[in-house]
Amino acid sequence: MATPKVMGIETEYGIAAPGAADFNPVLSSSFLINAYAGSLRRVRWDYEQESPLRDARGYEPVQERQPVEEDLGMANVILPNGARYYVDHAHPEYSTPECATPRDLVIHDKAGERILERSVQAMEHLMPDGGRIAIYKNNSDGKGNSYGTHENYLVDRRVAFSRIARDLTPFFVTRQIFTGAGKLGVEGSRPQARGVVYQLSQRADFFEAEVGLETTLKRPIINTRDEPHADPEKYRRLHCIIGDANLCEVATLLKVGSTALVLKMIEDEILPDLSLENPVAALHDVSWDPSIRQTVRLRDGRRVRPLELQWDYLDMARKFVEEHEPTAANAEVLEWWERVLAGLDEDPMSMHRELDWVAKYRAIGAYRERGSLDWRDPRLAMIDLQYHDIRSSHGLYNRLAATGKVQRLVTDDEIEAAISSPPDDTRAYFRGRCLQRYQGQIAAASWDSIIFDTGKETLQRVPMREPLRGTKEHVEALLETSQDAAALVDALQR
Amino acid sequence: MPQEQEQRRVQKREDAGQETEQAESAAKGQDLKDEMDEIIDEIDSVLEQNAEEFVKSYVQKGGE
Repeated sequence: MATPKVMGIETEYGIAAPGAADFNPVLSSSFLINAYAGSLRRVRWDYEQESPLRDARGYEPVQERQPVEEDLGMANVILPNGARYYVDHAHPEYSTPECATPRDLVIHDKAGERILERSVQAMEHLMPDGGRIAIYKNNSDGKGNSYGTHENYLVDRRVAFSRIARDLTPFFVTRQIFTGAGKLGVEGSRPQARGVVYQLSQRADFFEAEVGLETTLKRPIINTRDEPHADPEKYRRLHCIIGDANLCEVATLLKVGSTALVLKMIEDEILPDLSLENPVAALHDVSWDPSIRQTVRLRDGRRVRPLELQWDYLDMARKFVEEHEPTAANAEVLEWWERVLAGLDEDPMSMHRELDWVAKYRAIGAYRERGSLDWRDPRLAMIDLQYHDIRSSHGLYNRLAATGKVQRLVTDDEIEAAISSPPDDTRAYFRGRCLQRYQGQIAAASWDSIIFDTGKETLQRVPMREPLRGTKEHVEALLETSQDAAALVDALQR
Repeated sequence: MPQEQEQRRVQKREDAGQETEQAESAAKGQDLKDEMDEIIDEIDSVLEQNAEEFVKSYVQKGGE
């Protein structure tokens, strides 16, 4: 029986101060977050449960990460919607609250974009005249530097990690045809990519290994970080580092929805061995081919187009859903999966309303054609970057959305609500509501605990090791009847 | 002669059908062109002015 896929997305946003002579991205990220969180009382992040160097393959951690950002006073806050908003390296990072459906995750991922936009607005008055902070939801600066968008999925601890690696790799290599956010050119020294002017993925160029713990160099297709943020006896948190940051709602829904279904099929051990002969080379080859016609070679010798493998996954997922989980949420994922694959099969460019790489490719192509521009014209690179600008007024994706040129799946009202409210059906509900209700009595919090300061001699830690406990159904009445944190802690201990 | 007439009528209908199709596809082509013009105008209205300098100065530290 597959584990429910509680999911979240962490996005590191690109940050710049156009025209500024000296710019410190670390401090600026911190100011940005504090400008937004200023109106909210800051609740300290609790690092105690974190161990990003623990390896899913069973190796001992070499060293624990020191909470340096916190020591330096870098912003690190929990928001009333259950999200974490903080400085990671030299970027503002937004981690959505845990969501139980792909659609909820689309809403909360979008809420993150709006929170970044509001942060920029809140910081405006702190900027020198004419100065501004620019924020981009992308993954590359076009000069060989990448920053991540990581997906997280709750996975059954009993599943052998080697099986996850074997079965997830061919899926990750081929899902780029709908998850890619598109990029002009190729980064790094890649003689075999000669002639590639545009590719599907922002991230593919940065991946050099099949499996590993690294996230900043020698990046692996399958990341082994083993930090469950939940009961470690029962769960893994599969930390997927290979995805692009998506703006198209269909792309995000499909990215997390299809991956969640594939993970469930891995847990039930029903996927056949579709291992690729050379996954890293195939990852690059698929990304570098916007015609999506080139084949990749499987270990069994067959050569298949990425679309063919995706049709196989879809067929298996359909059968799985029919037999085990005929839910409305799954039906929505399957429907879009089929529509997108069929559209890509007929003509990749027809998916310009659904997929980021196509929408951006089409806009760049039209602009280039109108001006008879060279592919290296800086205006095209500007479009490539500005597609990801989070401003509603100037971001090119946002302009396409505002004029009805991309497919929406969720409403602006739903996004607005998610800026201040957690999902109802995961432990994020408990975290978010506690923050709203007992803010002054929370000493610190993390993904899997809240530490209350109820005025007693010792702080009271409330563990939240079950991601599907602490939902509205479980705790709404309890929170309503608990006047303060002391009453809540008493009630929980009863 | 009725057969010939019938044939002519059929021919006429087919011609009319083709014309409709052509008109539809021309309209679709025009819609597409309008949409692409709109996108290009939209890009022109918001695109950063100093593209070369802007793109050159966009350098990020790696993350993750």
